[in-house]
Amino acid sequence: MTEFYDRLEENFRNSFEPPAPSEDTMDPWGETRIVGKGIPRVDAYERVSGKALFTYDVILPEMVYGAILRCPHAHAMVKRIDTSAAEKMPGVVAVITGSTPGADISWYGAQSKLFDPHCRHQGEEVAAVAAQTPYQAWDAAKAIKVEYEELPFVVDEDSALKPGAPEIHPGGNAAGKPRPQTRGDVEKGFVEADIVLEETFRTPVQMHTTIETHGSVVKWDGEKITVWDSSQGVYDAGLMSFARTMNMPYNNVRFLCPYVGGAFGSKLELGKYTIIAALLSRKASRPVKLMLTREETMLCVGNRPNAKMTVKAGVKKDGTLTALQLTCVFTPGAYSSMAFVGFLFQELYKCPNVMVLESGIYTNAGRSRAFRAPGFPTAAWSLEQMMDMLAEKLNMDPVEFRLKNFTEISPSRRVPYSSAGLKDCIIEGAKKFGWSETKATKTESGHIKRGVGMAAGLWMMGSGGPPYTAEVRMFADGGVTVKTGAMDLGTGTKTTAAMVAAEELGIPVENIRMINADTAITPYASSSGGSMTLASLAPAVRRGAWLVKRQIFGWAAEILGVTADDLEIRDKSIVSRSNPSKKKTLEEIFRTKGVLDVIAIGNREANPAGKAVMPFSAQFAEVEVNTKTGEVKVVRLVGANDSGRVVNLKSYENQVYGGMTQGLGYALTEKRVMDPQTGKMCNTNLHDYKVPTALDVPVRPEVVPVDLKDNECNNVGCKGLGEPGHVPTAAAIANAIYNAIGVRPTDGPVDNRMILELLSRKRRG
Amino acid sequence: MAEERDDSPGSTPGLTRRGFLSSVSAGAVVAVSLKDAPPAAAQEIEATGSTVTVSLHVNGATRKVLVEPRWTLAYVLREVLGLTGTKIGCERGECGACTVLIDGRPRYSCMTLAVEAEGHEITTVEGLLEGERLGPVQQAFLEEDAFQCGFCTPGQIMAVEGLLRVNPSPTMDQIRTAVSGNLCRCGAYTNIFSAAAKAAELRKQKGGA
Repeated sequence: MTEFYDRLEENFRNSFEPPAPSEDTMDPWGETRIVGKGIPRVDAYERVSGKALFTYDVILPEMVYGAILRCPHAHAMVKRIDTSAAEKMPGVVAVITGSTPGADISWYGAQSKLFDPHCRHQGEEVAAVAAQTPYQAWDAAKAIKVEYEELPFVVDEDSALKPGAPEIHPGGNAAGKPRPQTRGDVEKGFVEADIVLEETFRTPVQMHTTIETHGSVVKWDGEKITVWDSSQGVYDAGLMSFARTMNMPYNNVRFLCPYVGGAFGSKLELGKYTIIAALLSRKASRPVKLMLTREETMLCVGNRPNAKMTVKAGVKKDGTLTALQLTCVFTPGAYSSMAFVGFLFQELYKCPNVMVLESGIYTNAGRSRAFRAPGFPTAAWSLEQMMDMLAEKLNMDPVEFRLKNFTEISPSRRVPYSSAGLKDCIIEGAKKFGWSETKATKTESGHIKRGVGMAAGLWMMGSGGPPYTAEVRMFADGGVTVKTGAMDLGTGTKTTAAMVAAEELGIPVENIRMINADTAITPYASSSGGSMTLASLAPAVRRGAWLVKRQIFGWAAEILGVTADDLEIRDKSIVSRSNPSKKKTLEEIFRTKGVLDVIAIGNREANPAGKAVMPFSAQFAEVEVNTKTGEVKVVRLVGANDSGRVVNLKSYENQVYGGMTQGLGYALTEKRVMDPQTGKMCNTNLHDYKVPTALDVPVRPEVVPVDLKDNECNNVGCKGLGEPGHVPTAAAIANAIYNAIGVRPTDGPVDNRMILELLSRKRRG
Repeated sequence: MAEERDDSPGSTPGLTRRGFLSSVSAGAVVAVSLKDAPPAAAQEIEATGSTVTVSLHVNGATRKVLVEPRWTLAYVLREVLGLTGTKIGCERGECGACTVLIDGRPRYSCMTLAVEAEGHEITTVEGLLEGERLGPVQQAFLEEDAFQCGFCTPGQIMAVEGLLRVNPSPTMDQIRTAVSGNLCRCGAYTNIFSAAAKAAELRKQKGGA
């Protein structure tokens, strides 16, 4: 995760470099013919027919199945491993441990190893087997005898820093030195304030729970390897990480993942299971499929870290923010990772004095990873509830109060946004929701209390950026293939890319074929994370399509004796617009030039100099709280987003539905539960870990796209969407709950028990 | 026995369990195992190694397969028969990705053993295709963008198919309940509801029900 964010930060820095001088710059699109419509996905057929091949679905000749033996203890030292019985089990073809040649590999920076004898949380990898069937592999894994020395453990951050607490790493459980980040002088800001409020908020550890679990299928051909990996990036998270880890040339490694069954940040890094599958496969000389079980994914492939956030805020009587201060404590689990809670405080509102301090504390629990807008929904939970608390004290409407502190200049970057749509998101969202009317007509009926709330958000990335490439190829029959290393995580990447190419070339989407996420075939794309894909890929595709068009139109102009800008593609021909009788088929033109296809590589251009490119969002929620049972029903959700130009309206709306649904889970039901008695996770399954079902979401959430016609951010005018559409949801629901019951739900998730506790606290005064 | 189609994973070249069993007596297997492994493991070998032949009626065709009694229907459909449209998300009856129709009713194939499914009509997402053409529920999911990653989608589609077979004109509440056993982590629920409603229309237009 650290590596991924380092890379993104590098991209961000790049974005301030002036674009390379280029005589052939493309004009922004005005009205578009295809882009902006809502169309079914270009790979919908594959996804609904059952024909899409996800990693889990790959079956190869001679393939065997891998299984990993994991440490059952919260904290233990492996003293001895005896694999002799396992090796003789039926169907077993390979058994590996940390002492297998080639298996001594460091992991998590250098904090651990592939098979580290020091197991720092339940579920750490101890050994692995491959067998003819997964059942036999599990049998054999269980037959491995391991002698553990159990060690004292700590699974809650409050105890982890106490003197005498078990040390997870030498030197104690403080995960790095906390560095305060400051702007202005918060103490001065608090003095200037008319009102100062302070409150502590808590958020739970949230699990990704992708429906396709993590895993890989690997096949060696001598020194070369092919890896199908359920991943967010065939290049960065796949090929490059794998090649570095295994000390192999890039050329000998091929990663592919045309379909991935959900990721949400948890598949942004190379998994131990991929390396384990490769080692098993090499030993057995057979292809290996190693898919994790649901329980394993709950323990070992990431989560959103919890947070205890103490927020102090100062405001003047007129509603001007004077100071914001955040002290955040979180646990990355047993290994180093980031929280990123502070950035929203530094960026969302015009506030001259901000101080944020984040500190991580190691515990004997699974390590966190990036999870959809890492840090931001967590930060919004506290910041946006604090904003409502301040608004109440000021006797100001929450909408008005936020608009009062809106800024068009990025407070942390100190440069203007290429488009600053937060204001429009708040205004348009409120309009769609009927904010003032709904507030005014709030009705109470017995034990069902209704409430409305809103929250704002943004996402620090979502600008996209170089390096990012797409190959566009036109055949003589007018058909076009677009190849890109980009993933389609379900976000509709392939469809948006096809629409962009079709728009630029002036041909129907049906004529475009998308090929993606195969390092042997498709050009480089950075991992799909940070809502970077669309805004990186779409401009690269447009560029590639434009170059193809320019090449062919140049030839046609010469042959037909017209100017290139008078030409268009019509069916399989190039036709003069002013004189349609002047035309040549593509085949004739290609034959004249001695080619059978035209290929161009579109490179993503640099981001605009001196501008910050960020997407914004505002969301509105209406809830019903049953004060007898504590049940919270979210009856309405409205999400307004400024993500620049809409490419595919259908997948745009769908992304926001998804973000809001996950936010609803974060607010109300989702929470990792650690057992302090055993140090183990209690809810490692989808029955006890509760993600929203069809009965938990509003039937018709509403999405309002805000498009300020950003011609500066890139040549398509789009910004990222997946994450900003998730940032404010939980906070908006929390504010609605407060509005309903008059007690602030500072600690999430606000499940039935929490509501009843809040109500009883209110009764007691 | 030599003519029957053997789809079990051990049927690939090399020493297969089945080939092994047909060349030596069962007693010899136990004797070898007892010599090489502790008694507890030997017991497991006997229990887990035993296989039975089942005839599965899948998507209108009968497939004879050699299975261990503990193998789930989901595993056999996917890894033995190659019908990977049916997905596995939890293997404990919680996510619904493995939903298939058994005698027309939605069932979690990860909670059904292959041996239990013998003698029943099994329909998977592949079985809804008419040749290469999408069935009405699949078509409705396509048109309504009723998925994101698509991994839970076959299960959602089978849940809706099962609903519409018994209730061709469901209400919104009936639709929501019918798919409430199928988790969509991407959160495309509202489009799934729309797709179910549209599927009901498409089925009626086709004269199905």
